[in-house]
Amino acid sequence: MSIDIEHVSFSYGKHQVLRDVNASIPDGVLVNVLGPNGVGKSTLFRCILCLNSDYEGVIRVNGKDLRDLSVRERAREISYIPQTHAPVYNYKVRDVVLMSTGADVGIFGTPGREQVERAEQALERIGIGHLADRMYTHISGGEQQLVLIARALAQNAKTIVMDEPTSALDYGNTVRVLSCVKQLAREGLSIVQSTHQPDQAFLFADKTLVVYDGTVEAYGDPKDVITAELVGRIYGVEVEVNSLYGDKVRVCVPTSEIREE
Amino acid sequence: MPKLEGTDTGRRISLREDFVIMALAVILVVITSVSLMLGKFPIEPHEAICMLLGQVFPIDQFWTNQQQTLFFNVRLPRILLALMVGCCLAAAGAAFQGTFQNPLVSPDILGASQGAALGAAIAILLGASAFATSLFAFCFAIATVFLVLLISSRAKGNRILVVVLAGVMVSSLFQAGVSFTKLIADPTDQLPAITYWLMGSLTSAKMSDVTLVAAPMIIGCVVLFAMRWRINILTMGDDEAATMGVNAKRMRVVVLLAATLVTASSVAVSGMVGWVGLVIPHLCRMLVGCDYRKLLPASMLMGASFLLLVDDIARLVATSEIPIGILTAFVGAPFFLYLITRERKI
Repeated sequence: MSIDIEHVSFSYGKHQVLRDVNASIPDGVLVNVLGPNGVGKSTLFRCILCLNSDYEGVIRVNGKDLRDLSVRERAREISYIPQTHAPVYNYKVRDVVLMSTGADVGIFGTPGREQVERAEQALERIGIGHLADRMYTHISGGEQQLVLIARALAQNAKTIVMDEPTSALDYGNTVRVLSCVKQLAREGLSIVQSTHQPDQAFLFADKTLVVYDGTVEAYGDPKDVITAELVGRIYGVEVEVNSLYGDKVRVCVPTSEIREE
Repeated sequence: MPKLEGTDTGRRISLREDFVIMALAVILVVITSVSLMLGKFPIEPHEAICMLLGQVFPIDQFWTNQQQTLFFNVRLPRILLALMVGCCLAAAGAAFQGTFQNPLVSPDILGASQGAALGAAIAILLGASAFATSLFAFCFAIATVFLVLLISSRAKGNRILVVVLAGVMVSSLFQAGVSFTKLIADPTDQLPAITYWLMGSLTSAKMSDVTLVAAPMIIGCVVLFAMRWRINILTMGDDEAATMGVNAKRMRVVVLLAATLVTASSVAVSGMVGWVGLVIPHLCRMLVGCDYRKLLPASMLMGASFLLLVDDIARLVATSEIPIGILTAFVGAPFFLYLITRERKI
């Protein structure tokens, strides 16, 4: 659905991480969040997810302030896709996906037929129904990330936050995961994902949100936002942004490597 | 609803796990039945069965009163207690391992055992009865865990780490307390009593013990069993659990309280029986996987069977009884080492 961020500031103790962040993410839009390590991307995500709830300002997810909702109600509005990580215990893929249906199961209950079917439908929707009975740690990193996406889908929330979904994946898996995410946005979900590759946005995002020094540096169409000047400023790397296929896509190339030749 | 691919294989695999749980239940019934008929005092199998049935149906008594007294006052409570303690320790161990996301955690991680030991040692020093000693041990165990949780709630840093650290510290403090009680205990009767209690034993099991711990054990086990699926979500970490609609902090407290209740009850009546809570959940993971929906019932059944079996060995094999705490380690540890070094998993 949507995320509206108005005048949000957040501090860890005396250390201010976010200051006056403003952005609005409408229905069915895929936003890439860009910014160097440590500028507050993850903190912003934690605020959006209400894992950090003592921020100043207002964040509305699907029009609702999550601070007014219970943990269970929040899960119906927004879901989170973490980076793949090795779990302590090994579960079947189906059971990993099933975990996100907890908001619909009573505190002393176990998921029933309806929840299992929802989990399996989510796997089918991502195209990995055949993995349902495999063990989570026995599948590849790319497949694991897809399973976590399926898990978020099974939660039935209309808005999704992803923290660097492709940072640990190889090239093929990166492309597969990103195109899957793009497809979901086309199907009407609002998705925010952080990334370290500026030019991913040209192919896979509707908008780019640049976070720098704790606040929004730029926000808009990737072609307007990702310029040689901006990439140079926030990452300290000189690049040239070139267009391919009649400007259907653009790429960033670090020029320092080329001049040395 | 369209029929989905993969559903059938899913059913089949979960059938296998259900079959294992069923097999464990059958084994439990068999071991229990056999145990009721085994003992140094001669009670024939048919006599044992008729004595039990005689409680419900009118059967003419053809056995001696002495047999009846021994069966109901000695053998039956001991078997019941072995089953209950085994079930509880295994369930608590599995639950703790899940909530702390650490497979090396045992039920006394929050200091329940050392707390109970100190309580029992003080009771023995005061010359309390066996029943009062159990009650003391139970109250001390619960109080210790509350102390640990209170300390950790005031400490800064990683929640899970802080809780475990506080548990370890308070445990070692109480261990020193136990050592001190041993030092000042009367070496002719009190010291052996404390030492024997610490080794863990079901020798002096009485019906009063069973009734003392039955209620807390049943409450704790029912709560753990009911929350078994949600423990899965806890193993993903607090933040992920929260984004999936589960209040991890609140749930962890509920699970910890339930697990503590059954651990304290167990330690109060059996002394320190180590090993069961740590290793039975591991064995069950090899059999039914990590899903707590299967793991918890499997652990409960296997824990009960295991402790009863070991207690049978304890009371039957040697002329003088071997404390069960020693036997669990003697029997269990080598078996576990064999299992983890085997080439193929079960």
